Amino acid sequence: MSNNLVEVRDLTVRFATDDGPVAALNGVDFSVAAGEVMTILGESGSGKSVTLRALMRLLPLRKASLSGTIRVGPHRIDQLDEHDVAELRGPLISMIFQEPMLAFDPVYTIGQQIIETITRHERIDEAGARARARELLERVQIPSAERRLANYPHEMSGGMRQRAMIALALACRPALLLADEPTTALDATVQIQILLLLRELQRELGMTVIFVTHDIGVATEIADTLAVMYAGRIVEHGPVRTVLRAPAHPYTRGLLASTLKRGMRGRRLEAIPGTPPSLADLPPGCSFAPRCPSVMPSCHEQVPPLTAIDHTHSARCLLAIPRLAGVARAAGGRSYSAT
Amino acid sequence: MVGLAPPLATVLSGDPRDRGGPLQPLLLARHLRKHFKIHGGLLGGSKNRVHAVDDVSFQIAKGETLGVVGESGCGKSTTARVLMRLIEPDDGEIIFDGEALGGGGGLSLRELRRGMQMVFQDSYASLNPRLPIEETIAFSPRVHGLGRRAAGMRARSLLDRVGLNPDLYARRYPHELSGGQRQRVNIARALALEPRLVILDEAVSALDKSVEAQVLNLLMDLKSELGLTYMFISHDLNVVQYLSDRVMVMYLGKVVEIGEVDAIYDDPRHPYTRALLSAMPSMDPDQRTMEASLFGDPPNPIDPPSGCRFRTRCAFAEAVCETAEPALTAPESGISRSVACHMSDPASGHSHAGARSPFASDRPQ
Repeated sequence: MSNNLVEVRDLTVRFATDDGPVAALNGVDFSVAAGEVMTILGESGSGKSVTLRALMRLLPLRKASLSGTIRVGPHRIDQLDEHDVAELRGPLISMIFQEPMLAFDPVYTIGQQIIETITRHERIDEAGARARARELLERVQIPSAERRLANYPHEMSGGMRQRAMIALALACRPALLLADEPTTALDATVQIQILLLLRELQRELGMTVIFVTHDIGVATEIADTLAVMYAGRIVEHGPVRTVLRAPAHPYTRGLLASTLKRGMRGRRLEAIPGTPPSLADLPPGCSFAPRCPSVMPSCHEQVPPLTAIDHTHSARCLLAIPRLAGVARAAGGRSYSAT
Repeated sequence: MVGLAPPLATVLSGDPRDRGGPLQPLLLARHLRKHFKIHGGLLGGSKNRVHAVDDVSFQIAKGETLGVVGESGCGKSTTARVLMRLIEPDDGEIIFDGEALGGGGGLSLRELRRGMQMVFQDSYASLNPRLPIEETIAFSPRVHGLGRRAAGMRARSLLDRVGLNPDLYARRYPHELSGGQRQRVNIARALALEPRLVILDEAVSALDKSVEAQVLNLLMDLKSELGLTYMFISHDLNVVQYLSDRVMVMYLGKVVEIGEVDAIYDDPRHPYTRALLSAMPSMDPDQRTMEASLFGDPPNPIDPPSGCRFRTRCAFAEAVCETAEPALTAPESGISRSVACHMSDPASGHSHAGARSPFASDRPQ
């Protein structure tokens, strides 16, 4: 077995809706090394949150059908029964969410909820669990931790609640932390505090983190590796520097070109035309082909394979296959300018 | 010249609606104040007040874009709603192109709203779900006296202008459109009365990045084609810098700094502006943020601190900050911004006042 903590192969998720099946994930493959921070970058509907929920087995059983394999440590998450998965939530995998107000139970104090999580999974007495809960609040830099244990979620500010949720997620020392846009609802000055805290905790505890965001700036602050998702597939994956500086997929290039940076005032933005495809009715070939400036006839025929550009960087684009890239250039394919 | 935005000349030549001349600001807001009462206590008597907007004054020149930034609770959205009179202010005055709102012989609310329109963040909640979008857009021109046919034609031409083919989209309902398309409809609706000022309150914040870029391009095109003036409210500092000529920074119901966008982004003088700008995520993985500029959350606007409202989080707070409220420095010719900080007022008695800014050492030369 490799030193990858997480291995996901051909993960496919379909939701049954009144209007027919929705293809939320369409063959997602990735591995995360122990101690790595992988960031999944994508727009709404790209499948980034569904991927996290599949890893934690939080998808509604009656409506979602899942295929493919998910391995975390020695466990085949996709094959476990409900009871065994519940045992692993906390000690092996834990998750933080965008809106802590919805993640906490409003009628119990923060302290009660952290203590319950600890005693649920470990042989420890109430006093020991309480001491640990206080340490956790101190660790996430909540001032006057002892007093805060007695607070109800609504008595805390947004940033404080997000810290408390991180404490709750870390209560059983998980090997893998899943973070679903944990800073999106926060103000700018609070967002950076939470990002710095997560970075620090990840380093200290040697945790593996999968962090989902739609914000390239946030991804830049936290990621070791970056996976870009589009229409339920990873279209590009590699070290964060490589993907940001030498993006290989036209969607990644378009996303970077339409992201505002300093010194762009007055210049027209290179927007990606159109909108993402409906997941109920995906095009047969590359899902990005209808919006792609470098599209070729063969793009519409089949889904491009995830092609290795080097041993760490890959892209799901025919242009990443050197032989075909030459053909496209000869045919005069356009591309986004570098800046 | 003094604070004149470049497109001004083109805006004004031949606009029959212009009354005050090129130097008259399109909008002047003076001493706007709105406190919300909170009902609490045993008998439901009002105990506390949220100081949402507290003595806010600013102006927007013809043809410019004023960006408004600040965190939740700073009063940026309340300011917009007070300007549109969606919320009745407790105090203050609004002067639109030289004419004051209300009073004997002043501008009527109807006339004000003809000149000033607003686009909201939630593209779905701000459209009537039971009306085809064409009728939503035609609604206000009809209320303002345009005939049914003429209003319908205006709606269709506006749809075309915001990039939605009227033959395909005019009869659709809001739920049949994507978020980006709905926001285009909201922009078309705001333009239906041919306003001169459009207030955009987090108008692109809910959109995905690739769609946001399309809508920003549309806003830029419309501004130059129609000679519009924008007030652009956003928490996204990158977007504000991209669109704005001047920026107003708000904190707990107060304006802390206002001025030209480059002056403020390159050399912020108020410690809060500085903290806000340095909290922007880096776009370079080799230049990550190493230290948070502020600790904790913005305080509750219910009981704002005395004196300077930022003093409880400010690294430079001194006794004077607690006792005296700093006023915005007076705008002078040649000076590109105003700041409400004792350190920018030589007479305040603050130890950093006047002589040397504490930020001087790391300011880009």
